[in-house]
Amino acid sequence: MATTTTNTVNPPSQGWTRNQIAIGLLCAAFALMLLRPFLPEWLIRVPEWAILPWDTWLDAVFNFIKDDLGLIHVTRTIAAGLESLLDVTANLLYGRNRWPHLGPIPWSAIAAAVAVLAYYLGGWKMAALAASTFIWTALVGQWKMAMQTMSVLVVAAPVAVIVGLFLGIAAWKYGWFEKIIRPVLSVLQTLPFFTYLLPAVIFFKVGPTAGAVATVVFAVPPMILMTTLGLRKVSPEVVEAGQMCGCSRWQMLSRVYVPAARTEILVGVNQVIMLCLAMVVLTAFIGMPGLGAKLLAMMGSFKIGRSFEIGVTIVLFAIMLDRMSKAWVLKQPEHFERGAPWWQRHKFALLSLGAFVLFLGLSQLIPILSEVGRKQSLSQGKQIDTLIKGFLAIDGIRATTEWLRWFLNVWVLIPFRNALLWVPTPAFILVIMSFGWWLAGRREAMIAGLFFAIVAATGWWDRAVITLYTVISAVILATFIGLPLGILAAQSEKWSKRILLACDTAQTFPSFIYLIPAIMLFGVNDVAVIFSILIFAAVPLTRYTIEGLRTVPSEMTEAADMSGATKRQKLLSVQLPLALPTMAVGFNQAIMFAFFMVIIAAFIGTQDLGQELQRTLAGTDLGKNFVLGMDVSLMALSFDMIIRKWTETRKKALGLGI
Amino acid sequence: MANSPVISAKNVWKLFGPNPKRYLAQMPEGHSFDAIRADGYIAGVKDVSIDVGRGEMLVIMGLSGSGKSTLVRCLSRLHDITGGTIDVDGQDIMSLSEKELIELRRSKMGMVFQSFGLLPHRTVLENVAFPLEMRGQDRHERRERALEVVKLVGLEGREEYFPRELSGGQQQRVGIARSLAIEPDIWFLDEPFSALDPLIRREMQDEFLRLQEMLGKTIVFITHDFDEALRLADRIAIMKDGAVEQCDTPDKIVMNPATEYVRKFTEEIDKARVVTAGAIMQPVNGAMPEGNGVRSNTSLRDLAKILVNDSRENLPVTGQDGDITGVLNRQVALDVLFEAD
Repeated sequence: MATTTTNTVNPPSQGWTRNQIAIGLLCAAFALMLLRPFLPEWLIRVPEWAILPWDTWLDAVFNFIKDDLGLIHVTRTIAAGLESLLDVTANLLYGRNRWPHLGPIPWSAIAAAVAVLAYYLGGWKMAALAASTFIWTALVGQWKMAMQTMSVLVVAAPVAVIVGLFLGIAAWKYGWFEKIIRPVLSVLQTLPFFTYLLPAVIFFKVGPTAGAVATVVFAVPPMILMTTLGLRKVSPEVVEAGQMCGCSRWQMLSRVYVPAARTEILVGVNQVIMLCLAMVVLTAFIGMPGLGAKLLAMMGSFKIGRSFEIGVTIVLFAIMLDRMSKAWVLKQPEHFERGAPWWQRHKFALLSLGAFVLFLGLSQLIPILSEVGRKQSLSQGKQIDTLIKGFLAIDGIRATTEWLRWFLNVWVLIPFRNALLWVPTPAFILVIMSFGWWLAGRREAMIAGLFFAIVAATGWWDRAVITLYTVISAVILATFIGLPLGILAAQSEKWSKRILLACDTAQTFPSFIYLIPAIMLFGVNDVAVIFSILIFAAVPLTRYTIEGLRTVPSEMTEAADMSGATKRQKLLSVQLPLALPTMAVGFNQAIMFAFFMVIIAAFIGTQDLGQELQRTLAGTDLGKNFVLGMDVSLMALSFDMIIRKWTETRKKALGLGI
Repeated sequence: MANSPVISAKNVWKLFGPNPKRYLAQMPEGHSFDAIRADGYIAGVKDVSIDVGRGEMLVIMGLSGSGKSTLVRCLSRLHDITGGTIDVDGQDIMSLSEKELIELRRSKMGMVFQSFGLLPHRTVLENVAFPLEMRGQDRHERRERALEVVKLVGLEGREEYFPRELSGGQQQRVGIARSLAIEPDIWFLDEPFSALDPLIRREMQDEFLRLQEMLGKTIVFITHDFDEALRLADRIAIMKDGAVEQCDTPDKIVMNPATEYVRKFTEEIDKARVVTAGAIMQPVNGAMPEGNGVRSNTSLRDLAKILVNDSRENLPVTGQDGDITGVLNRQVALDVLFEAD
């Protein structure tokens, strides 16, 4: 299999091979750079007069759709419906003065009910995790904030699941719909989150409603993909069995396909929940109250201790939600003996209700079970603050961080940035095309070139280059950490498992969290931005390095052993080449994560597209917001497309399957 | 068969490819499987004509990829055929609307699958009751019927189990029970026992024969295992490259293979086990042989002792009712027994 497909990887094209063309393009780029002093101005940057007012045009289009076509009325109607739902959850969870005027529910009652649910899903450990998450949150006095966040999540996640399920079924059923939705989804997945926020605000009012809408849109894509995937994977015999049982179309879908695709659909639900959490935290940027807003405020005023505590709360919630929803994926229905009474069949629902009512009653008698007051809370914000600041002020540590900051800034980052900014636009595009041609081929190189040309034509070139510079430097630095860590861990079964678990857990954290240690160590500056992206991006790199190395077929390593290869030889000439496609997936994810993170880091004070994007949030400049968002998306898509294509061909060539 | 066939397939074609209908229309007569493949089409079923009589068990066999599964899916219209006609109870199933087809399956057809095709989220009882649920039977009735069938296949006490909690053999019992729940006239079985290990397979075959004796359904049974085919079949159809090479009773296939392929296929078979006294007897010409006769439906293998020890040239053969129906030439029988050509 491997040998037959090798030919297709490097087709003996007439005259020029892929590498030669790539080198040719690169030479052209260098020639342009060398000739820079003699180049006319319009070859160095796209001249002012050539930059079309895309934002104004887009604004006009948006306004036309919004007002003249009346989309705003549609969205406002949806907003009203959503708002009433959000009011209910807000009232129940943190006592906002809205119908049904019952809340807030005492924290202990919620904690107890969820703990029983967690026990049902995953036993004592899960119950302990859930209970301690809630107890911690209540005790450090963040209950209200957490519930503000949760009140949006409990509405947004189910809505996203339902919408995703329907769109996923539609995409599976109708080929044309899938053809339309695929590219839209890949753009949505690379679009910076600021671009979700502004339209949400304009179309759906400021506040929780806009937050919920942005969250739903952000979280829907994986649900659609997982649903389609799951439905496709239903075994043909199960489908035929359904047909032979005389199912009508609706019966087929509701009783055969969807239940049989349960696992994939629930994996989708897990992803929706995690993305919702990440996004709800980020809606702080449009003024949504909750954990994110508080964290933003605390980090802005450099209150490290309180930020740290909020960070812990967010992380605990992330882990709890992730573990519980994953346990739900694995949970298989248990059978009951024939004739089991109904209370036995619904034991856990009843227990959960019982615990809820019990603590509801208890909290009437013991006020602290109902609400932990400000004075009673055990928050140690100030102490942690002094502790961390004291720790960082220790000479050795201060010297290290300051040296690192100085070294990176002066010797690496600033020169690199200036170099990139110095390169003439056409040369830059040629380099990107050369990269694409070398790794993927003509089609990808052309598309990437086109995408970058569009970015240049929108007139945000310098800011785009700064964005790219941040992404590239962070990913390269992350590679220096992630690769060796992954290779080391992959040497032993035990460490692989440990590091993989750590990576899995770290990936569930909302990206916002990664800013906390960066700011703690380096303060508010460029290095902190790079550092936060770096840790965020190192996670997938490490993870896929381990996975790639561990899944090298054992016959091959055994063959290497029997050929008398040393450990080093085995690693370099057998394991790494075979693991490379998988590692490339990690590399791709790292770049995507970096593009995502660089925008968030805007609030630390960057000079890139993210900064401009964040500014648009203050106004109603939808056109500009969209143009900036597309710029980021186009750059990310170029990399995604090139690396994916390379991975695919490489895997085929190695006969590793897809 | 005196009565009209339950299933009657005439010149059935099933091609896979970009535009099979048009291709079939312009395809030259007698195009071979390989020639069709060279044109970018796969002939799943190639010009097959076959009848299945009421209460008959037709076994379709062939190697994997020979088109046997495709053929049975054409007969149940899980696949739409490209050319030819298939009549079930005198009705052309290709002319049925979706609604009529669903109705046909809800009332007349049952099917058992190689990897069981059980719905993983339903208990044994719910799986068995599934077809009844689909046709809208009320809850109590379908529960009652499902319990009855579960008992029939010997799964009593496991009604509330989920498929993953059962062994392979037990899962296939559920599959069988489900296909019998609606009391179908026609029963399709697609390699039902192939996924089971040999001991269980044997047990399931016995079970299946027991059920068939009780129920007397019209059966189309697919297998790639010749021994299984010989144990079960009234008639065997051997397929290769989508076409039926030969369709006949087991002993005729063994004794008179129609093509080279069938001959090779049956080469390894112990003919004496398949061939019965009735199959090679000759009409009584002239003098009636004397002494004890042999039953016409006994295989030569079972007659081995008599054939070797007896010294008569001809032995009388008796039918079901004890009348003499012919004579068995001892030398001919011995030749078959020792595979002397």
